[in-house]
Amino acid sequence: MHLNKRMAYWRANLRLVAVCLVIWFVCSYGFGVLFVEQMNRIRIAGFQLGFWFAQQGSIYVFVALIFFYAWRMNRIDRHYDVHED
Amino acid sequence: MSLQGLTYLVVGLSFVLYIGIAIWSRAHNTGDFYIAGKGVSPIANGMATAADWMSAASFISMAGLIAFLGYDGSVYLMGWTGGYVLLALLLAPYLRKFGKFTVPEFIAERYYSRTARVVAVICLIFISFTYVAGQMRGVGIVFSRFLEVDVTVGLLIGMGIVFVYAVLGGMKGITYTQVAQYCVLIFAYTVPAVFIAIQITDNPIPQLAFGSEVSGTGTALLDKLDDIVTSLGFNQYTSGTKSRIDVFCITMALMVGTAGLPHVIVRFFTVPKVRDARVSAGWALLFIAILYTTAPAVGSMARYNLVNTIQPGPVGSIDGNLAYEDRPDWFETWQQTGLVRYDDKNGDGRIQYYNDANPVFAPQATEYGWQGNELSVDRDIMVLANPEIAGLPNWVIALVAAGGIAAALSTAAGLLLVISAAVSHDLIKGILLPHISEKRELLAGRIAAAFAIMIAGYLGFDPPGWVAQVVAFAFGLAAASLFPVILLGIFFKRVNKQGAIAGMLTGLVFTYAYIEYFKGLFLKWAGSPWGENTAQHWLLGISPEGIGVVGMCLNFIVAIAVSHMTAPPPERIQHMVEHIRVPRHFAEDSV
Repeated sequence: MHLNKRMAYWRANLRLVAVCLVIWFVCSYGFGVLFVEQMNRIRIAGFQLGFWFAQQGSIYVFVALIFFYAWRMNRIDRHYDVHED
Repeated sequence: MSLQGLTYLVVGLSFVLYIGIAIWSRAHNTGDFYIAGKGVSPIANGMATAADWMSAASFISMAGLIAFLGYDGSVYLMGWTGGYVLLALLLAPYLRKFGKFTVPEFIAERYYSRTARVVAVICLIFISFTYVAGQMRGVGIVFSRFLEVDVTVGLLIGMGIVFVYAVLGGMKGITYTQVAQYCVLIFAYTVPAVFIAIQITDNPIPQLAFGSEVSGTGTALLDKLDDIVTSLGFNQYTSGTKSRIDVFCITMALMVGTAGLPHVIVRFFTVPKVRDARVSAGWALLFIAILYTTAPAVGSMARYNLVNTIQPGPVGSIDGNLAYEDRPDWFETWQQTGLVRYDDKNGDGRIQYYNDANPVFAPQATEYGWQGNELSVDRDIMVLANPEIAGLPNWVIALVAAGGIAAALSTAAGLLLVISAAVSHDLIKGILLPHISEKRELLAGRIAAAFAIMIAGYLGFDPPGWVAQVVAFAFGLAAASLFPVILLGIFFKRVNKQGAIAGMLTGLVFTYAYIEYFKGLFLKWAGSPWGENTAQHWLLGISPEGIGVVGMCLNFIVAIAVSHMTAPPPERIQHMVEHIRVPRHFAEDSV
């Protein structure tokens, strides 16, 4: 029984990690590098959007992602009763 | 008070603060010395990690680098921040759960192998020393430039300060000192940026200001900048010259390298809990992001200020360029240091600043009567001279000096500690004298730290020509050697000793050979047959800076392939992996 629970916990973790890493990749390598020209056609304030993602946006996304992951992971820990203290 | 007196005062006060903290938080046992007794709160740890991570290069050089690279500078911005996501999601919580002192220790236990430990220690020491040499040099330069002492004297003072708190306090002393250093350096970085943002755009927040309109013109700063620099034959500021694959690979190598750097990883061993390790990476990146999102704003505004100063009128008109005799005070000050140079090639007494390497622009320049670019500006002065360019009061300049020193000292101290832990814990206790008492291990750690400082000081005093070049190597090496085996160790139970050692060596040798071939780190001599370091010779168009990514992929492939061809790791190792994957034991396990 507990083997299944262990696997379920690990799978939930991997799913969360995968979602976060897709966002991580799209916002930096996608918007900032691979599709930068297409993104640059969109303008917000004085920024071309691709340039903004490469020099500002990706960094904000990174920070938010880590806090999101930590928050979700704490909830998963609780759900599977493996949280500390 | 004079600028010099004020600088002495501000820098002196900051030193008193650091040493006071070091004495207050002395290390009493090896736990304190290596990982601060696991008692550091996530926010304090985040600040300390940020100070540790942001070196003299981040503080002094990065904004200047971006100012001249424009869009291509993004590789550093994304590369040196995105790695924290990898750390928080893939490494930090599990290594914290593992609960030991060093990175080689994890590799040794996970791969049940002393050989793996020795390979990891060698990678670690090499990476750390190349880094620290640059830091000590940075300390010396800041001292000599602002306190007007000799570089050597500056270096000795810096070594003395680091010695006090690294040797006395160990990780505990370093961590709390770094918290103070973070505050000093971030204050010193943002204050001038805010002032300059207000001057140029009326918007006090630098992150927004560089997307705002230049006051009184109705044109956005970046558009104006694109306009001006292209009219001088330079590449557009908001687009790059590097190939897409190269931008991609350099960014990736820096990110993965960041996540594989031992002095960063070890930070997450110091927090009390697994969940603290996760969120601690978030705090670290938040504190880093304050500087890293300000830097591109500083870069663009500095470039704008510079170009506008030199080219106040329309390009090509007789009096469009600044007359040499009208040059501002900061120009003269930095000319004395040799970091700003002027050479009146066409003898018109005016300063022409343009891209004379651009063949398309050349006929136009000839038409204007220009005979080559007459101004060269060292990119390192962009941050240091910024307060002077903007005409800010002396205390801001003094503060920038203290900030630069804080950035260099905090990084140097963190690296020295990693080196001393590798020597005393991994080499002496782990391999040579397994039965050494804790007290003697602590002593060995302190002696190793002292020696490391002396070697680092020597490297900083007399840096071999390769110091600047090896930064790429340190990241490539960390990406290609340490990161893959740590990751596989956590996420793939099947990977065994043979796979890990083969993978590490493949990544290491490939990356080293490629960089050596193009950049000649150690083996280059005049007339050597090495490859020309240009895009058409590179493998798939990937520069040596980005090749660590290919090394990393090879490491993964080899490690997995070899593991599948050899016996699986012993049962107890598989259990250990299960164990580090969860923060606390499943209740059922103890029944």
